[in-house]
Amino acid sequence: MITVDKLTKQFGPFTAVDDLSFTVNPGEVLGFLGPNGAGKSTTMKMITGFLAPSSGQVTVYGHNTLDDSLKAREIMGYLPEGAPSYGDMTPLKFLRFIAEVRGFRGKELTRRVQTVVDALQLTSVLNQTIDTLSKGFKRRVGLAQAIIHDPKVLVLDEPTDGLDPNQKHEVRKLIQNLSKDKIVIISTHILEEVTAVCTRAMIIAGGKLLVDDTPQALEARSRFHGAIRLTLTHAGGALEQLQALDGVKSVESSGNGLSLIIFPETGASLFLPINDLLQKNNWEVHEFHVEKGKLDDVFRAITSGGDINE
Amino acid sequence: MSNFTVVLKRELASYFATPLAYVFIVIFLMLTGVFTFFLGGFFENGQADLWAFFNFHPWLYLFLVPALSMRLWSEERKSGTIELLMTLPISLRDMVVGKFLAAWLFTGIALLLTFPLWMTVNYLGDPDNGAIMAGYLGSWMMSGAFLSIGSCISAATKNQVIAFILTAVVCFLFVMSGFNLVQEWFTGWALDWVVDAIAALSFLTHFNAIAKGVLDLRDVLYFIVIIIGWLVATGIVLDMKKAD
Ligand SMILES: Nc1ncnc2c1ncn2[C@@H]1O[C@H](COP(=O)(O)OP(=O)(O)OP(=O)(O)O)[C@@H](O)[C@H]1O
Ligand SMILES: [Mg+2]
Repeated sequence: MITVDKLTKQFGPFTAVDDLSFTVNPGEVLGFLGPNGAGKSTTMKMITGFLAPSSGQVTVYGHNTLDDSLKAREIMGYLPEGAPSYGDMTPLKFLRFIAEVRGFRGKELTRRVQTVVDALQLTSVLNQTIDTLSKGFKRRVGLAQAIIHDPKVLVLDEPTDGLDPNQKHEVRKLIQNLSKDKIVIISTHILEEVTAVCTRAMIIAGGKLLVDDTPQALEARSRFHGAIRLTLTHAGGALEQLQALDGVKSVESSGNGLSLIIFPETGASLFLPINDLLQKNNWEVHEFHVEKGKLDDVFRAITSGGDINE
Repeated sequence: MSNFTVVLKRELASYFATPLAYVFIVIFLMLTGVFTFFLGGFFENGQADLWAFFNFHPWLYLFLVPALSMRLWSEERKSGTIELLMTLPISLRDMVVGKFLAAWLFTGIALLLTFPLWMTVNYLGDPDNGAIMAGYLGSWMMSGAFLSIGSCISAATKNQVIAFILTAVVCFLFVMSGFNLVQEWFTGWALDWVVDAIAALSFLTHFNAIAKGVLDLRDVLYFIVIIIGWLVATGIVLDMKKAD
């Protein structure tokens, strides 16, 4: 378990992280979201013990990251922002070095290195200096390094930044497949990633915690949550009939009134009533589906201080 | 094997993974040759010793050692690997000592590679090999003192050029304070014990004592204390400034 207690970090007069408190339990995959400069990386640096907090504290499975930092570091794997690694080494030598620091020797060391090399598909670049690797491969080397000791706690700062779509998918799968008793904290600007891998999402802005919820609940805050998207081949009075339907709050149309978004009253479900209406009138339909809500909108609304229902 | 040896090994290997090691060693050997034979009057002296050789080491180290030490921490800070290193389960002491020892061993290797000189004097005459050993030891101890200063200064900045210049300047002060000119300048107006203290702090005083073949434990101890002092300072600086 990770306990973050009244964590604050000041750089001179500037407060980068402001009185943050939360706990993360085993099995949780926590996603940090927030605009640039929100304090996500700074928070992660304090959780991993690299930065000392200005006030407050972090404990990782009972180990304070300041007083008992070696113990805390042993059970954590960390991918720092930008995935720094020793450029004059090859991935193989670099991973062997990390494995050795993590206490592995001999056959076990070789096995550990092989496992992460396979997991992140690094075989083709094993003997090329890291300096000459592409950005995505550098990131994968950084990820490999973080998971080599199968840590209880994994802290990943923008793990999929710079990866191609296939690799993004692989890395997400990797995170999902980590055993269920681990704590994973990731930061990301890719919102689908949160829905795909996280069990919990936090939105941070200006160093303050704004929202702490499940990704699904966050989506539900979107004004598009439960709305019906409908595209018809000709309009013929559809707009009026839809507006008159029970549970419909409003209807927005575009493209000559053929593309419609129908917003429900709070809690109302519109799928069946609209489906009935379509069949009754025999309207020809191009597109008909229920929106889950857009995290983008929720994110923007929350972090710019606006209203979600605008 | 503790993590300190793991750090040491990686560090030492990194010297040889880049041209740094080879460039350093070649220049070191060339310059010791030039200094010994042309400036030091090795043959003209007509004596079978290596005094002409050791005599120039403080000046040689003055710009060669900062070139070696400047990357110790500055590079880690610049490239961000310091964040990786410091979140691995390695104690600060292991990191500081491991890195320093790697650099120190490296200067030791460079020194050992001057062995043809030693063979030459043995071929030409009948030198006091004990004194030569003492000279090598003294020179190596002094290079350690230079390196420890460099380690601390390199921990304080991301910029390797600044680390180089500042290290050279601080080392220069430590060397110069034993120089006759400086001593004379202080004598007469400063208190006697101040003059003595300044002389006692100098690398030159202690190095010359050892290099002349008088292996006094106090001179060796002096370098060890200097090294430990600057390494402790390195740890403090890192702890305070690692994230800036
Ligand atoms: N060493 C430092 N000195 C001064 N200010 C700093 C320092 N490190 C971070 N900051 C400031 O703290 C704030 C938070 O930075 P942080 O890197 O945590 O943001 P972030 O949420 O990770 O942003 P991004 O999404 O761009 O990665 C920023 O305004 C940054 O400029
Ligand atoms: Mg960041």
